[in-house]
Amino acid sequence: MPGRLWDLELVELVYMVAAFCFVLGLKRLGAVRTARSGNLLASLGMLFAVVATVYLVFGEASLVLLLVGLVLGGAAGVVLARRVPMTAMPELVAFFNGLGGAASMLVALAEIAAYTRAIPAVDAAPTMAEGVGALGGVPFSVAVVVSILIGALTLSGSLVAYGKLSGRLKVDRIGLLGSRPVNGVLFALALGLGAWAGFAAAAGWPLSIAALLLVLASLALGLGLVLPIGGADMPVVISLLNSYSGVAASATGFVLENNLLIVAGALVGASGLILTQVMCRAMNRSLSNVLFAGYGAAAATEADTGYTGVKSTTPEELALLLQGAQSVIIVPGYGLAVAQAQHKVRELAGILEKSGAEVRYAIHPVAGRMPGHMNVLLAEADVPYEQLFELDQINGDFAQADVVVVLGANDVCNPAATRDPKSPIAGMPVLHVWEARTVVVVKRSLAAGYAGIKNPLFEGENTLMLFADAKAALEGAIAELKANA
Amino acid sequence: MTTISSVVVQTSAAPELGVADLPFALVGLWVLLLAVFVGFELITKVPPTLHTPLMSGANAISGITLVGALCCTGADYPFLGKALGVLAIALSTVNVVGGFLVTDRMLAMFQTKAKKDGRGPKA
Repeated sequence: MPGRLWDLELVELVYMVAAFCFVLGLKRLGAVRTARSGNLLASLGMLFAVVATVYLVFGEASLVLLLVGLVLGGAAGVVLARRVPMTAMPELVAFFNGLGGAASMLVALAEIAAYTRAIPAVDAAPTMAEGVGALGGVPFSVAVVVSILIGALTLSGSLVAYGKLSGRLKVDRIGLLGSRPVNGVLFALALGLGAWAGFAAAAGWPLSIAALLLVLASLALGLGLVLPIGGADMPVVISLLNSYSGVAASATGFVLENNLLIVAGALVGASGLILTQVMCRAMNRSLSNVLFAGYGAAAATEADTGYTGVKSTTPEELALLLQGAQSVIIVPGYGLAVAQAQHKVRELAGILEKSGAEVRYAIHPVAGRMPGHMNVLLAEADVPYEQLFELDQINGDFAQADVVVVLGANDVCNPAATRDPKSPIAGMPVLHVWEARTVVVVKRSLAAGYAGIKNPLFEGENTLMLFADAKAALEGAIAELKANA
Repeated sequence: MTTISSVVVQTSAAPELGVADLPFALVGLWVLLLAVFVGFELITKVPPTLHTPLMSGANAISGITLVGALCCTGADYPFLGKALGVLAIALSTVNVVGGFLVTDRMLAMFQTKAKKDGRGPKA
């Protein structure tokens, strides 16, 4: 079919344009002013690639089948993207990520299904070399196994992350799943099954069984790896799973001999790794420590060691403090997201600004449950991003602040990180809120944060504790400020 | 090989050698290596404000598996292969469409704010 060949070259060119769009789109996603157009460009690249591929398989494949998948998936995507509240963004990203991993796994399985049928019934059992050759050679075997392993692991791991982030899943293990030795066994099992599927069982019916077992082992491994990781280490886990979905897509590219998949997957894999690294650095922990240590569970027992000299306060007193303040810094944490209090924060800040105070926000890199979580929440509430300051930018300014309001954050402003070299979080960069004249910590209780350690900030001389849900506390303060105005 | 792209390989390379697939794997590894470097360079200096949209945008790009899934419904695939392919199309389309839309939704919030210069909270 000479016409087909020409088509292939044309489609290959379109793929190149798509790759160009992805690279440029990602680059533009890196700056606030260009980010939206960057996302648009990347989505255009995807559209080009999909249209070109549909054109390529058109005639060979049933258009109805393609459309069923595209329309169903597209509709679900639109509904999810439109309906989900901004506070649920981390779990939505985790969910989408899982689907990406699932797709890579399914494509690899479809390829295996195609090959097992393509192999004619042989008289004698084929040798390993014959089997691997029939399957598509060593690179194909490796790629198909990696696609399934990483794809399935991404799927189950992301679903666990989704469950933890949405608060539906609260356990650290299911039966034996989640303990380190079991994970080790599962990992070895997955590698062994992978070798069996890709090489020893490459020809004939055992391949399907080997592939199926590989899927199960990889799914279990994904569960086991993510289950023990605490909710507050999720920024790291989500970044890493995001990276994995890229690796899976890249591997699928090798399976299908498609450069576009390799390039796009590699871009995502690399960007996910960078974000993972950024998150780890923000917690002063290594990746392996986050993944395997689970110190939240180990250290939790010493958390309740009594606090002495804690002074508690009321929303009314907070309002009075804020009324007299010239410089206010707000430190948001996960509690803000849980209470969905972002609009109330903005309202409070608006009132204070009207009376001439300067309001700024100090954002710790791991505040919340995903990288940049607080920024998105505050953006939803129309907080100008010029008022958001990173740790390095604002740490020197706390000493000049009249009032610091800590909203549902804990470990990111724990002075033990700088004072106590024996503390589990020693060396972690934290916000120096205690240097301000007055610190008001809005928190539901004295319970420990994810690190499971005591926070000396709570018993500081200039610290007032406001035991309430962030939203309720802010509403109270706003009502008081309005009444006094 | 039953993938469409392999047609090219078989028509251009000498099929009797039986190593027709090797060049693709090698070229693919070069492509992979370079793309990884590009990825690292692109992401290194992104401000924390954009971490969430960046991740969600990158996540949508990883839905590129959709292109592979579309190829899996080709005529010479058995029923099981096609069924898996259609499922893969549906799932990766959710990832792609949902991912890009939700990223746009987030970025739209950043943008309207930049224009309004932060005056007055939303009602």
